[in-house]
Amino acid sequence: MMIWVNQIVQGILLGGYYAVIACGLSFMFSVMRMINLAHGSLAIVAAFALYVLADQYGFNPFSALILVLPAMAVLGWVLQRTILERSQRGGMLVPILSTFGLSIVLDNLLFEQFGADTRSLAPFIDELSYDSWTITDDLYIGKLAALTFVAAVVILGGLQLFLTRTQLGRSIRATAEDPDTVGLIGINAKRVNAAAAAIALVTVGIAGAFLGMRATFDAYAGGPQLIFAFEAAVIGGAGSLWGTLIGGIVLGVAQSLGAQISPQGFLITGHIVFLAVLFGRLHLDTIGTKFRKTVRRSA
Amino acid sequence: MSLLEIRNLDVRHGLLQAVRGVDLSVEKGETIALVGANGAGKTTLLRAIAGAHLPAGGNVRFGGTDITLVPSHSRVGLGIALVPEGRRLFSQMTVEENLILARSAGRKGPWTLDRVFEAFPNLVPRRKAKAGNLSGGEQQATAIGRALMTNPEILLLDEVSLGLSPLAVDRVYASLDTLIHGGTTIVLVEQDLRRAMRVADRIVCMLEGKIVLEGKRGEITREQVSEAYFGLGIAKGRLSA
Amino acid sequence: MSQDPTVRVERWTLQSRISILAAAIILAILATGPFFFGNNAIDKLTTLFIYVILAVTWNALAGYGGLVSVGQQAFFGLGAYAAVRLADAGLNVYVSLVLAAVIIAAVSLPISSFMLRLRGGEFAIGMWVVAELCHLLVNLDSLVQGETGTSLIALNAYDADTRHALNYWVALGSMTAILVILFVLLRSRIGSAIQAIRDNEEAAASLGVRVMGTKRIIYVFAAFGAALAGALWLSTAITFQPKTYFGVQWTAYMIFMVLVGGLGTFEGAILGALIFFLIETWFGGSGVWYLIGLGATALVFSLFVPRGIWGWLERRFGLGLLPLGYRILGVPSATRMQTPDDGGIGAAPSVGTP
Repeated sequence: MMIWVNQIVQGILLGGYYAVIACGLSFMFSVMRMINLAHGSLAIVAAFALYVLADQYGFNPFSALILVLPAMAVLGWVLQRTILERSQRGGMLVPILSTFGLSIVLDNLLFEQFGADTRSLAPFIDELSYDSWTITDDLYIGKLAALTFVAAVVILGGLQLFLTRTQLGRSIRATAEDPDTVGLIGINAKRVNAAAAAIALVTVGIAGAFLGMRATFDAYAGGPQLIFAFEAAVIGGAGSLWGTLIGGIVLGVAQSLGAQISPQGFLITGHIVFLAVLFGRLHLDTIGTKFRKTVRRSA
Repeated sequence: MSLLEIRNLDVRHGLLQAVRGVDLSVEKGETIALVGANGAGKTTLLRAIAGAHLPAGGNVRFGGTDITLVPSHSRVGLGIALVPEGRRLFSQMTVEENLILARSAGRKGPWTLDRVFEAFPNLVPRRKAKAGNLSGGEQQATAIGRALMTNPEILLLDEVSLGLSPLAVDRVYASLDTLIHGGTTIVLVEQDLRRAMRVADRIVCMLEGKIVLEGKRGEITREQVSEAYFGLGIAKGRLSA
Repeated sequence: MSQDPTVRVERWTLQSRISILAAAIILAILATGPFFFGNNAIDKLTTLFIYVILAVTWNALAGYGGLVSVGQQAFFGLGAYAAVRLADAGLNVYVSLVLAAVIIAAVSLPISSFMLRLRGGEFAIGMWVVAELCHLLVNLDSLVQGETGTSLIALNAYDADTRHALNYWVALGSMTAILVILFVLLRSRIGSAIQAIRDNEEAAASLGVRVMGTKRIIYVFAAFGAALAGALWLSTAITFQPKTYFGVQWTAYMIFMVLVGGLGTFEGAILGALIFFLIETWFGGSGVWYLIGLGATALVFSLFVPRGIWGWLERRFGLGLLPLGYRILGVPSATRMQTPDDGGIGAAPSVGTP
């Protein structure tokens, strides 16, 4: 019995990581109405950047973030102004195609540079990578996992405050709602979108850091991370900030329980729960529409 | 020198030419009413002045500078504000947020949050309400307030009475009166000819993308405008302002 | 307009008649291939045929259906897997290949009713999730033994020369069948529906076009094509390792072929497959840089040449090799219908020459 409780707790904590990687994807979707298929690859780019800074220059991964996060912000800005903005003008299909092309380029550039070896940031954070608080014999809470979860809450809360309390945040919300009208009140929609992309990539950088610390990664690890981020975002309701935390937790718990059933169960259960949630939601929509129609007819 | 000078302006929507060779000058402090049937090109002309539609030909000068190719958000910074047709508020955001957003251009001037609430007292209790939940009149007041928050030198109003109850229209025009007498330069599109002729210093009538009649209030009659409106008065030529 | 005696609507232009005849002659010549070429050349051409199948069916999905999938490897892998299973059950290998594709097409039908509710990027990644799930589930099969994989041992029944020739003919036949099916589909009422949906889904729905049904036909057709390609690939590669077959690189290849050739054009997808085949022959050995080049080319084409090489040629020279569009003759130039020129894929030009 305790084993299952433990698995649920580990799943919730894992959900914190998924929330961190999903919030950037969800944020860009809600502001720019596009899904960035290079999202996972960009997290891996950040993880490798941290690895190089730690391995070659002796930085602690946390202090290396001071260099990597601004770099990610710049990358996001440049990406938006050069590729994403242009692709959005081409209709709905082009952003999917161009960001997928970008992910292939990034993945293989990383492979070219770093080869097939898996890396991890765990050796550079010493005991934080394995230390834990023991609650009972069967229940423990990893310090890194707890830190990741807290970071998720802080990032989501921070984003929420930023969006409601600052002028840039309000501009981002306004641009998300009606990009054609913001120009009429003096807001440069292109600049706002670039700022939003920069912010999204900062969260991607943080996700890359936590991924690197809690697990191993290689040049082609971006694809799975994109899928996890997407699953968490969709389960939580795409575009909703706190929804990504719930989505992350649902995904994390599903995977964690699945892993208890069988080694392959981790990924399989995650995907199945994702599809089930999607299926359920689509069906609820249909039922809802039918219900409304019946009500209207009888009214 | 006029505040706004439009020369030979052409604006297209794809293959459709909505504005054809329009010349128009707006003096500082003046109130102009643009009238004309649906599809005459009034809204397109306003949007072209605001920079929401870039023209295919001709030029627009504002305060002596050529702004023909300046994007809309920069024009707000120069002092041009448009209250768009259909109001186009950010419906998920509160009244206050809609107003505060308009500070983005960074123009200093008499219009602050407090002044707007003073001018539109009906908005005060709705301050924290989502713009999407307001009544039509309240939405229009918010839209005008939002434009004023940019402290414009010229205010462009597109069909401010559309979809409002007569009472709400009266209220909106009552607040516009203060603006007009306060010396704000205004170009407004108004379907109600009677109302247009009451508030405006000058009437400009458009037909099929062209200006077919313009004249000062008192110098042209309602009959003349009505004829021009339906394209009957073209033969009589233009009355110069 | 129909009363105007000077206006004529033409479908079979002289150009398109010649093209169809030429295509038939080329296919007939290709069919004699095994009598003249060595095994190496035969294998190369077999690969090309598989690429054409992949490009044409992915193009049907994305270019005609407006559905960009990054998970067609689901069907590619399942096709190969089903072929392994059928052959293992004692069915003739080559019958297994084709039957596998039919079975997977049937499997794709229930998947379609679910996935087609998703839009844009959601559909794209949703399909990837489906592919990952299929991969994991196939790994559970004891015959496959996880990532170790298995082989199509039954192929040993044929000697090498016969096997190469049979692979070639089955692939050539499959490619021809896929091309003919799509050609017939596009010329049928479904074809008009497909084009209406591609140009504007909501408008098409309001005109009474059965959007969902039409999309489902394209989806199942694309799944059939990918599954067939996967099964054929298995016949040339012999070994079945799930990782290779369910890899997302297949999507990368499909996107590359279709984007470079011409999204939403029948001829463009074939051209794209040919270009990809040549590039792979010349640069495939350069490993990672070859993949980087593919990704970068796809990126550049999506941004700057969204209609691909064929789309560009079509516009530049008024080409229309296949009788898929309608050519209106004798219309005074002032009233000639114009194609909106917005550079976007969302409003791609109609097939053939407007």
